[in-house]
Amino acid sequence: MAGEGDLKLLGGDASQFVARVRMALNIKGVCSYEYIEQDLFNKSELLLESNPVHKKVPVLIHNGKPIAESLAIVQYVDEVWDTAGAPILPADPYQRAVARFWAAYTDDKLLRAYIGVNVAATEEERAEKVKDTVAAISQLEAVLADGGKAFFAGDSVGYLDIVVGCHLSWLEAFSKMYGVVLLDAAKSPIFAAWAARFGETEAVKGVVPETDTVAEYAKKRRAEALAAKRKN
Amino acid sequence: MAAGDDLKLIGVWASPFVVRVKLALSFKGLSYENVEVDLTSKSELLLSSNPVHKKVPVLLHKEKPICESMVIVQYIDEAFAGTSPSLLSSEPHERAVARFWAAYIDDKLVASCIQSFRGKTEEDKSEGTKQMFTALENLEGALKESCNGEGYFGGESVGFVDVSLGGLLSWLNAAEVMSGTGIKIFDPIKTPLLAAWTERFRELDGAKEALPDNDMMVEFARKRQAQAAAVVAASEN
Repeated sequence: MAGEGDLKLLGGDASQFVARVRMALNIKGVCSYEYIEQDLFNKSELLLESNPVHKKVPVLIHNGKPIAESLAIVQYVDEVWDTAGAPILPADPYQRAVARFWAAYTDDKLLRAYIGVNVAATEEERAEKVKDTVAAISQLEAVLADGGKAFFAGDSVGYLDIVVGCHLSWLEAFSKMYGVVLLDAAKSPIFAAWAARFGETEAVKGVVPETDTVAEYAKKRRAEALAAKRKN
Repeated sequence: MAAGDDLKLIGVWASPFVVRVKLALSFKGLSYENVEVDLTSKSELLLSSNPVHKKVPVLLHKEKPICESMVIVQYIDEAFAGTSPSLLSSEPHERAVARFWAAYIDDKLVASCIQSFRGKTEEDKSEGTKQMFTALENLEGALKESCNGEGYFGGESVGFVDVSLGGLLSWLNAAEVMSGTGIKIFDPIKTPLLAAWTERFRELDGAKEALPDNDMMVEFARKRQAQAAAVVAASEN
C-alpha cells in the first residue's frame, strides 16, 4: 500500500484524540501499524522524545518521523494515503474551510464544555457546563440539519464526522458518571440519529474508547484539576 | 495585483487575526475590498457572515463567508493554489509540522501573552510571562529546524507559520510598550533567531502592506486603556 512504510501510533485507550486518528487510519484501510499504548501518568522515553513540546498522545511516527496534534495527523493521513480508501477532507476548498471551521468549533466549544462537566468544583458550575455542552450539540445539530445528509461529510463519513464522533464516548461516560443528560435525543434528534449511525460505521470498528476506561481516566484528571484549583 | 475574484475582508485594522488574513492576501498578491467594521456596534453584514462567533476576520469570496483566521489562510492558499507563493508546502510531513506550530501559536503563545499582559493578579501575569517565554523558546527551536535561522518558518520563503506569527507582531509590540515592564518579547539574547526573523519579516513588501503601524497600535491601546479607566472611575463615583 502506498506510503505505509514503518508506522507507529503512540496512543492512550481513553483518548478521544487517539480514537480520531485511528478512525482516520480505518477510513484509509491502513491497519498494519504498531499501536503502542502509553501510560499518561508515567510517560515513556519514546513519548517524551516524539512529542517533547506537549508530551501528549496521539503521536504518529511514520518512517521514524513523528507528527503530533490530532487534526494535523488526520490531515497527514488523508494526504499520504490520498488514493487509498475514501477521502477524509473534501476536495473543494470552500467545503474544506467549512469542515475546518466546525472542527475548530467542536474542539473548542464542545470539548471545553464537557471537560468542564468533569472538573466542576460545585453543582452550580457543573449545571452551567451541562448547559454549555447541550448548546454546543444544538449547534452541531443545526449543521447536520443544514446539510441534510446521513453524515456531516455527506453520504459517508469524513473529517467532521470523526472530529465530532470521537467525543461521543466521553459524552456517554460523563452522562453516566454525573447522572446528567448531555446528548438529549428529544432536543437533538438529528444529532442523536447521526451518533447512532456513526457508531455502526466501519471507521469506528475497534477504536472507540470503552466508557469504563474513559470514566477511570477522567476521574484521575478530575482529581488533578481539583487539586490544582485548591492550590490557587 | 492579480484580480481577487470578488474578495471582501471584514475586519478591524488593529486585530492581529485580521492582519494574518491581510498578510496571506498580500503575499499572494490578491486584491480585495477591505470592509472596516465597528465591533461595538456589529453590522448586519458581520452578524450574517459569522453568526456563530460574531467575530472578525471574515473573508467573503464570491459572497461565501469563511471564518477563523488560520482556516481563512488555508482557504486562500487552496483556492488560489495557482498563485505563488504556496503558503503550505506540498510535502505532507512539512504540512503537518506547519499545522502543528500554527496550532501551538494559537493555543500557547497567544493565550500566555494575554495572561502576561492582562492577567488579573501579579501572580497571574508572572505565570503568563513564564509560559510566554517557554512558547517563544519552542518557536525558536522550530525556526532553527525549518531554515537554520536563515530564512522563514516556511523555509526560503514565507509560509503558514510565518503568517500566523507575523500577524501578531504589531499587537505584541504594543503590548510590550504598554506593559511598561521593560520585558522584550523577541529578545535577541533569549531567542536570537526569532528576533532576527521579526526584522526580516517586517522588511517584506507584504508585511509592510498588512501590518498596522506600531505607533498607531500603541495609541490605540492607550485610548482603550483610558476608556476602561474612565468606566471604572465613573462607576466608583
